[in-house]
Amino acid sequence: MRLTLRVWRQAGPDEDGRLVDYAVDDVSPDMSFLEMLDVLNERLIMEGEEPIAFDHDCREGICGMCGMMINGVAHGPERATTTCQLHMRHFADGDVVVIEPWRARAFPVIKDLVVDRGAFDRIIEAGGYITAPTGSAPDAHAIPVPKPDADKAFEAAACIGCGACVAACPNGSGMLFTAAKATHLGLLPQGQPERYSRAVEMVAAHDALDFGGCTNTGECAVACPKGIPLESIARLNRDVLRATVTGAHEPR
Amino acid sequence: MAVTGGAMFLFVVGHMAGNLKVLFGPEAFNEHPRWLRGIGEGLLGYGGFVWIARVGLLLCLVLHMTAAIQLARRAAAARPARYQRRGPVRGSYAARTMRWGGVIIALFLVYHLMDLTAGWLNPVGDLEHPYRNVTADFRHWYVTLAYTVAIVTLGFHIRHGLWSALQSLGASNARRQRVLKGIALGVAVLICAGFLAVPFSVLTGLVK
Repeated sequence: MRLTLRVWRQAGPDEDGRLVDYAVDDVSPDMSFLEMLDVLNERLIMEGEEPIAFDHDCREGICGMCGMMINGVAHGPERATTTCQLHMRHFADGDVVVIEPWRARAFPVIKDLVVDRGAFDRIIEAGGYITAPTGSAPDAHAIPVPKPDADKAFEAAACIGCGACVAACPNGSGMLFTAAKATHLGLLPQGQPERYSRAVEMVAAHDALDFGGCTNTGECAVACPKGIPLESIARLNRDVLRATVTGAHEPR
Repeated sequence: MAVTGGAMFLFVVGHMAGNLKVLFGPEAFNEHPRWLRGIGEGLLGYGGFVWIARVGLLLCLVLHMTAAIQLARRAAAARPARYQRRGPVRGSYAARTMRWGGVIIALFLVYHLMDLTAGWLNPVGDLEHPYRNVTADFRHWYVTLAYTVAIVTLGFHIRHGLWSALQSLGASNARRQRVLKGIALGVAVLICAGFLAVPFSVLTGLVK
């Protein structure tokens, strides 16, 4: 296949960026999207040009590092698929593919397609943890967890923090990520002690980090490569509402 | 957003029910405002209830618009650099048009109050005979058109707003999500039908 890539090139955080066209010949339909970029980068290096910077790590869809807007869609055209797991057979010969970084004030561009997703870490620091005794690991069956709760918690725990929800949201809101973490921990017995303070403080951190507000458009859940459902946000809202009304997050 | 929207939603349902009295003839319709003003007359005096409702609704409207403007400003600040290429937004049309739809509804509200509450823009403008004002309005195609556009916009606004309010208040979950969206759509269609019944029964001669 022969493709034209229109890639966002930006030399540094404070530089102006622009879209640059690259013709890529002999793209195999069996390549992943990142492998296709690797091939282009090898050529750019051979030609003495600066290769395109993009984030990647595991390349098996579980680390959350890769992620880019492909033709205006986070992680490209395939549902529930990360960029690294997207294969070139989903494109046609002669296609023009526009590749841009996530765009959000909370995710500043470092270089080309690489953004700083540190804002997600700030949200986690605000409450995305549990208080657990240290020492040897407890027996796995020491604390009973109802199966339906375990399933829901696991569904939310599948969030890899890639940032596609923020990138896709018309409001630039990170509520699906925040809600996935709050749901994951808030449904399990181990997460109960901080359940309400976690919800309140993670939302406060989210809002302070220049993310937009959630208006329930549902774009995030469509873009999410891990299929985190929109109901997570309702669960988070429920906990925040309960905390606000009853003061459940305050010391007794 | 959810709470103020909910209060205004209840008003809209009551307003629609009151409007439908037009189908029962001039006496029933003209009696309706007198009945409304008479609610709690012993305590509040004639018209007291209506004024309390007006103040409450105005407060809801102001808070609702303030929240909407805050959200829109936060959204603009959260994405200072726009995408060069953006695929069609995959969510619902209703969700996409909430902000401009809200502006259309607010502008319509100003016209609507000047038309049928104050009577300034009404072809008849006789506040003692709302039935005549209403029927005179909808004999003009442009008035009917303005009302139809506003009501359809309101329908879309309620379609997303009702579901979104339930989600914001935490009433939704994966099982209920489809049902709640269905209910929001059904309610929006019913409200559109209820409001549009009035101009279209005038147009078709059902109400003279």
